[in-house]
Amino acid sequence: MGFTGFFLITFLIVHCFINGMIVFGDNGETFNHWASFMGTNWIVRVMEIGLFAGLILHIVQGLILWGQNKKARPIKYAISKYREGKWYSRSMGLLGTLILMFLIVHLYHFWTPSRLGGLLGIRTLEETSLGIYNGQKVHNLYSEMVIVFQNPWIVIIYVLGMISLCWHLLHGFQSAFQTFGITHKKYAPLIKGVGVFYSIVICTLFALMPISIYLKWIN
Amino acid sequence: MEHYSMNLKLKVWRQKNASSKGKFETFEVQNISSEMSFLEMFDVLNERLVNEGKNPVAFDHDCREGICGSCSMYVNGQAHGPWEKNTVCQLHMRAFKDGDTIVVEPWRSGAFPVIKDLVVDRGAFDRIIQAGGFVSVNTGNAVDANSLPIEKQKADESFFAASCIGCGACVAACPNGAAMLFVSAKVSQLALLPQGMPERKTRVLNMVSQMDKEGFGNCTNIYECEAVCPKGISVSNIARMNREYFGAGTTAEE
Repeated sequence: MGFTGFFLITFLIVHCFINGMIVFGDNGETFNHWASFMGTNWIVRVMEIGLFAGLILHIVQGLILWGQNKKARPIKYAISKYREGKWYSRSMGLLGTLILMFLIVHLYHFWTPSRLGGLLGIRTLEETSLGIYNGQKVHNLYSEMVIVFQNPWIVIIYVLGMISLCWHLLHGFQSAFQTFGITHKKYAPLIKGVGVFYSIVICTLFALMPISIYLKWIN
Repeated sequence: MEHYSMNLKLKVWRQKNASSKGKFETFEVQNISSEMSFLEMFDVLNERLVNEGKNPVAFDHDCREGICGSCSMYVNGQAHGPWEKNTVCQLHMRAFKDGDTIVVEPWRSGAFPVIKDLVVDRGAFDRIIQAGGFVSVNTGNAVDANSLPIEKQKADESFFAASCIGCGACVAACPNGAAMLFVSAKVSQLALLPQGMPERKTRVLNMVSQMDKEGFGNCTNIYECEAVCPKGISVSNIARMNREYFGAGTTAEE
């Protein structure tokens, strides 16, 4: 859980960094440049397989944990009060399910048309005239963002997805370190602090993307 | 603190044996002194039940001074009741006030089957200890204290881990029913000392494997165990056990 979780944490940094390129206000040119690199470079494509494997493993591990932990307490308490256990630490499965639901919507919007467009009637994206990779045209994922985020309900789904992700990370980040056995009186508060900072910054940045496009803060 | 008396309503879990289905039974107890311990309050109830020819409530207890780890009651949704770093025998009735309703349940864990009422079988813990909680040093005369130097800090940490009384509150309070705090304390107390070195790798592997066999849940680092532990055993022991386990799992030759 910790290893796959940490792997996914590093992915989010890259994803957030590249998507942050939309702030340049150059009609997505910088962003599309980076996105097409991610879409065409073979090393990145191989890593993408690893990413999906890591994600699936994370989900499978989570389901196994959930099943075993449910079995470990066949009769539940009539009352249970918690002193230390935070609600989000105890609701990682629920938060994870919400994130998965968001992820399915998210992949449907951007990943499937870009990667699988044209196959089995999956819609394709319009292309840019960037022509930066061997003169080939690349998918204009920026304009897809602008189109998708016109619908306020989709913006709300994305923001709720990021709120779930934020709580999930607040527990997951520091929990991964504990699982690895990395804890020390001196730097445990640092790990905790970095975890809180990371969770809030990453999720706020991601949530700002649909919001800023919907509210036309970015042109 | 001023003495006072109270009347209470108790909702107590009654279960005939491991195979029967239990249910809550409600009792009223009168004139309970604020200076009684929680178990003495149960003694008062049980004396009355015996006098009435009824079956007294079975519960585990031994030293009644918070060091043996026998008592095990889940009081109003908390292992050992509302006081911190406390066993239920050392919980005093001044924690409650007149007219309160108190819900008392046994530890609930698949690995701790209920024997009767509030008594659970914690034999799973004994089997985990048997799997590796020992050292293969010669017994006999105590050796000279300076023949085996031990760093002060390590000795202290080992003693802190060894203060675990094995009551099972960590398992009871863990939302996952995991036994990691107990097992990690028992692994740590020996892994920190030179006497524990010969079995260092096999110990952690065997004890964790026995823990899994007993059907405890998995640790997801919620840290409720540390918060309810009567001895304040730290979750840093769990991190140490994880390190020991990774190390042993990748290098042990057996």
